[in-house]
Amino acid sequence: MRYLYSLFGFLIAAPAVFAAQPTPGGIDFQAPATRIAERIHTFHFSVLVIITLITLFVLGLLLWVMVRYNRKANPEPSQFSHNTLVEVIWTAVPVLILVAIAGPSFSNLFYQENEPDLVAITESGSVDDPNIFTDAAAKGWVTVKAQGNQWNWTYTYPDELGADGYPIEFVSNPLQQGLSTDIPATAERPRNLATDYAMVVPANRYIRYQTAAADVIHSWTVPAFGVKTDAVPGRLNEGWFLVTEPGVYYGQCSELCGKNHAYMPIEVRVVPDDQYAGWLELMRSGDFDAANQFVEFISPSDEASRFAMVN
Amino acid sequence: MPMDELTADHAHDDHDHRPGFFKRWFLSTNHKDIGTLYLVFALIAGVVGYSLSGLIRLELAEPGIGPMSQLMQFFGAQAGDEAIEQAKQFYNVVITYHGLIMIFFMVMPALIGGFGNWFVPLMIGAPDMAFPRMNNISFWLTVAAFALLMLSLFTPSGTGGNGFGGGWVLYPPLSSLKGHPGPAMDLLILSLHTAGIASILGAINFIVTILNMRAPGMTLHNMPLFSWSILVTAVLLLLALPVLAGALTMLLTDRNFGSQFFDPSGGGDPIMFQHLFWFFGHPEVYIMILPAFGLVSHIISTFSNKPIFGYLGMAYAMVSIGAIGFIVWAHHMYTVGMPSDMKAYFVAATMVIAVPTGIKIFSWIATMWGGSISFEVPMVWAIGFIFLFTVGGVTGVVLANAGIDHALHDTYYVVAHFHYVLSLGAVFGLFAGWYYWFEKMFGVKYNKTLGLAHFWTMFIGSNVLFFPQHFLGLNGMPRRYIDYADGFALWHYWSSIGYAITMVGTVIFFVSLVEAAIRRRKAEANPWGPGANTLEWTLPSPPPFHQFNELPVIEPDKAH
Repeated sequence: MRYLYSLFGFLIAAPAVFAAQPTPGGIDFQAPATRIAERIHTFHFSVLVIITLITLFVLGLLLWVMVRYNRKANPEPSQFSHNTLVEVIWTAVPVLILVAIAGPSFSNLFYQENEPDLVAITESGSVDDPNIFTDAAAKGWVTVKAQGNQWNWTYTYPDELGADGYPIEFVSNPLQQGLSTDIPATAERPRNLATDYAMVVPANRYIRYQTAAADVIHSWTVPAFGVKTDAVPGRLNEGWFLVTEPGVYYGQCSELCGKNHAYMPIEVRVVPDDQYAGWLELMRSGDFDAANQFVEFISPSDEASRFAMVN
Repeated sequence: MPMDELTADHAHDDHDHRPGFFKRWFLSTNHKDIGTLYLVFALIAGVVGYSLSGLIRLELAEPGIGPMSQLMQFFGAQAGDEAIEQAKQFYNVVITYHGLIMIFFMVMPALIGGFGNWFVPLMIGAPDMAFPRMNNISFWLTVAAFALLMLSLFTPSGTGGNGFGGGWVLYPPLSSLKGHPGPAMDLLILSLHTAGIASILGAINFIVTILNMRAPGMTLHNMPLFSWSILVTAVLLLLALPVLAGALTMLLTDRNFGSQFFDPSGGGDPIMFQHLFWFFGHPEVYIMILPAFGLVSHIISTFSNKPIFGYLGMAYAMVSIGAIGFIVWAHHMYTVGMPSDMKAYFVAATMVIAVPTGIKIFSWIATMWGGSISFEVPMVWAIGFIFLFTVGGVTGVVLANAGIDHALHDTYYVVAHFHYVLSLGAVFGLFAGWYYWFEKMFGVKYNKTLGLAHFWTMFIGSNVLFFPQHFLGLNGMPRRYIDYADGFALWHYWSSIGYAITMVGTVIFFVSLVEAAIRRRKAEANPWGPGANTLEWTLPSPPPFHQFNELPVIEPDKAH
């Protein structure tokens, strides 16, 4: 199968592979690629509506008192200074609003934070719940460890042993550091986002990512996934995500880590299961460049359309 | 002899006892002179901190590293990669010192040291602070701390270049020997220790003054709200700063004496520093905003010609904001790897703060409701404060939700949020207080047109500066980046335009100072009319060197 990709890779690649990166002039989140991010966006939007209404309400009140109760309009000030009813209202109503926010906030938080029980999901066999992915659960976890260094990321696949008997491990370096030695950016390799060897994970699989750090604190994040976890020396943090759409996803180190903080990007190439298997095979053999080449073009997720394009 | 003749006599006497220049300004024990010293100091530190933010906005106006590397060339670096590498470190230094200076040497000295010293004794009818000489020490330690901080800016970092470039939060290991082995960080620790001691001494002084030296008849429950705000602030300082001092001391011994509090290789934990830091750091943000809350209440009441609405609610809202402020610290640390239940607690506790804050916002509006509002310069600033603080407050509710914060933590959304509450909240409050008490403090009038022009340029400029940063943050722009992905260029450009507009406002501000100093229009004792009913307006402008030699007697229900 992988030879087929090697030969026809350029043919079967979708013309424009989905890439998540900052939108020029964007005023909202990057398009969500995971259920986690979708839920963040939905929840954030409802909170945004609430806070916008509150702000407009306060602005409206301010404008009203400025128009109605200025010196010309109201030369004789009243002298009241208490009104128990309104005081109770403006204490109780915010409490109710906050309680209303807290419900979805907690469910959102626990969805992100509590690692899904894949066995239970598989057994439930549910296909209607958008929050769980039964097919993916049956295939188990894919674990990747991201270790922050000054100033690049080391990715380790603890469950995938290479030919030497050690887990697959490689360093993901930035292509640009603002220096004359920079590799020029292209449309496919956006400036300050692209790396030489990207982290590769399969689409539609539960990914457990772990973060650690070699020197100072870093933070591993991909905005389109809605995940961000600090990489702290002496700690192993973890989180999870599941990306449905193959593509290239970019993030940037999100904890000040010294001089090149702005130059340790995170590139995640999410590929279909079989392309991931091919990549793993090449990585096991130690041919990192061939493996890298192998995920250069990402095949679309849909089997039927892929073969339609090949033929 | 009638009472006011008596006091007038005394006041007259005191004019003759004013000490000479050196003794008055360098050995001062007079709360008003120390207040003035604090304000002048904050003005100087503010110009430094504001210039640093100018460097930031200049650099970020376009993608790539430009102006900062040119600056490095000006300081002797070779053009090209050497200048670029130095610029990267220097940028981190600039953001660090911008934050530290604005917090410790601009907002705090101005609001607490400046207005607090000037007006707490005047408002509670006290002749001076409880410990006048300790007051002097507080001020000069602050100056010493600032000198140490400036010194550390020009001291080797140990990683190339000068100064500490690890952000104002000073997280180890970036602030440990591993991250910054040079003496710059040690000087910075010394500076913050010194500033902390100064603030603790000042806080003790305020607490003792407010609890013991109120005029006869003035109970805590009819004390002016500004004194309330300073009392709460002082208690927060007294409880929070020792924790910072502890964390700093541990960092110092980690760096110099081989301890390993924050070094995992010796059994320590860098996250412990973050917990200690934010146990101080979160109350610190209320320390900066509470005095502004207090003085805005007086301004709103004065220019609405109406008593404060819900006085007790206002006072206890500040008390509860201060109390809750101590139990929410880890909402700054949602991504460090905490258990989800712990995050859930901090989500709930943090959102509770919105309730007393809402009480304050609505009570200010209710104070204006039914009033007879005159739009004098301080009132315009105070109304601007209410609106901008609301905008900053509601984005705080967004960030309080750990689920959303996982996406927004350490992005420009956070930068926009805390600049709305501090740069637009605390600073607008500061200018409101400045224009409210300017005549009282300095005995001359300012030009109202200039004051209004200052407001509008700052209002428009800082909104253009900070509002687009919400967009950047949502789109994923991380904080503390000298260079960014090209997709962020548009809003960074507008943000820098906003800074340029605020520069016009800053120039207008200094022009208004010069204009007032040259024209020397004689100030009235009370320029604001019957709405201004706290005790400082019963004194001439400027007040006599020593006031209230005969203590004023407060009738019940007549204060605040």
